[in-house]
Amino acid sequence: MVNLKRKENCRVIEQKRIGRDVYSLWLETKDIASNAAPGQFVMLYGKDGSRLLPRPISVCQTKGNELRLAYRVVGAGTEEFSRLEAGQSLEVLGPLGSGFPIEEVRGKKTLLLGGGIGIPPMLEAAAQLKENVTAVLGYKDEVFLKEDFEKFCPVVYAIEDEAAEADGAIKGNVLDAVREQGVQADVIFACGPAPMLRAIQVYAQGRNIPCWISMEERMACGIGACLGCVCDAVQEDAHLRVYRKRVCKDGPVFLSTEVEL
Amino acid sequence: MMPEIHMGVEIAGVKLKNPVMTASGTFGSGAEYGEYVDLNRLGAVVTKGVSSVPWSGNPAPRIAETYGGMLNAVGLQNPGVETFCQRDIPFLKQYDTRVIVNVCGRTVEDYCQVVERLAEEPVDLLEINVSCPNVKEGGIAFGQDAKALEEITRQMKRRAAQPIIMKLSPNVADIGEMARAAQAGGADAISLINTLTGMKIDVHKKTFALANRTGGLSGPAIKPVAVRMVYEASHAVDLPVIGMGGIQNAEDAVEFLLAGACAVSVGTANFKNPCVTQEIVEGLEAYMQKYGMSDVRDLIGAVDAFQETD
Repeated sequence: MVNLKRKENCRVIEQKRIGRDVYSLWLETKDIASNAAPGQFVMLYGKDGSRLLPRPISVCQTKGNELRLAYRVVGAGTEEFSRLEAGQSLEVLGPLGSGFPIEEVRGKKTLLLGGGIGIPPMLEAAAQLKENVTAVLGYKDEVFLKEDFEKFCPVVYAIEDEAAEADGAIKGNVLDAVREQGVQADVIFACGPAPMLRAIQVYAQGRNIPCWISMEERMACGIGACLGCVCDAVQEDAHLRVYRKRVCKDGPVFLSTEVEL
Repeated sequence: MMPEIHMGVEIAGVKLKNPVMTASGTFGSGAEYGEYVDLNRLGAVVTKGVSSVPWSGNPAPRIAETYGGMLNAVGLQNPGVETFCQRDIPFLKQYDTRVIVNVCGRTVEDYCQVVERLAEEPVDLLEINVSCPNVKEGGIAFGQDAKALEEITRQMKRRAAQPIIMKLSPNVADIGEMARAAQAGGADAISLINTLTGMKIDVHKKTFALANRTGGLSGPAIKPVAVRMVYEASHAVDLPVIGMGGIQNAEDAVEFLLAGACAVSVGTANFKNPCVTQEIVEGLEAYMQKYGMSDVRDLIGAVDAFQETD
């Protein structure tokens, strides 16, 4: 009899609001944190029966058996999670999906590009790479997690909102910051909203820089069965036999050359 | 010692070890969920819809959550019957469970190609999907017109090597009429309900939540509709009825059995708990023990008898 996987009931160690709608949640896990790679995600299950579907949240950081998630409250489901306090528990499934290929790029000059709520998954990548890595973080107006990144690597950051005041910030988006600072890269890891990823895809392909992007889509099962979260693929997928890929199972991290954005 | 509880049921001569099956489209072909449940414990695995050639399905977003349910507009994406036969059937045959293949198509010829290709395969039953609301042609076009349903049932019956289950749509005025049409066409069993056609609008973006605009509503929100339709259909025809629609736990499964289903399919609940199918099998056994029952078949359609003894 094979060992079957299950959800874990995880204890909340700490929850902090780190931005207007952004929360940092540390969970005590049995196996999830120690098995998680940067770029992978977990499914969080709420207790309110009116909401059936779990919420996919990227791994932000791990420390032994402790798992950190940073997420934005965008609706009732994430709002429910934001009310969790230390000592309470939460059902979690994971880690799920593909991660960034850390060992494959080690030693190469790696650029981490995070935009908005795409910033958290880059933190564990920074922590694991440690050397030859620069993080470029793009914010709309409010800065979060920047100091966490600074523990692991040099950070450049950009703010889109002209009115926002922040020392050393570049006005504009992630790619504006890359260009203005002349940041060089052998490899790019990126996560953020679709328009940002599209621009990075073009940027990387134009310069022949290998680039991995982490994608987001509405999910149901999270394990590759329901085909709810597909994206368009450049080539026919060997498993699905159509020009699609499953974000939850084949991704969320893809080579930028294998998906259509 | 506890008396032995008989959990087995029969559909068109095919014996299932228990009445708990998966609902098509929610369980892939079993490989992904095989990491979370012991497929040997299930009465049957009902696969995702299989068409004659690969289908790409609808654009994303394909999923939207609604109160107590969800909408999907996957659009029957699947790798086609050839890949299915070469890869997915051998996987499922590793397990001691029944294999039920859901068959979809746009034209009668599409359906015929699939059932003919499956004729020599080690498949126990075919479920003919004439009720998917997410594909423009075929599918539901056959499932909303009694004459068309009877005719495609007859075509399938003529070509299929295995017994056929016609999967009915709830998006009809009279489910009894549709059940009778399936029976008239020679169906060996019927299953219901498929999803209810729905729509969700994002009031912040002022756009449709699904790229396809409409999708199929599933989950506990539809369960009372499903129970009522299973009850009506089981009274309309003399065929085995497979019940589904919002089953989340063993008590929900019992409700469908009492209404007249001889087996049940669990769908959307898999997304909330990937281990749920096995838990429902165990919960059903516990229910039998709790009420001192020795044969699960005694539940089938028993609600009427319990009314009379009141």
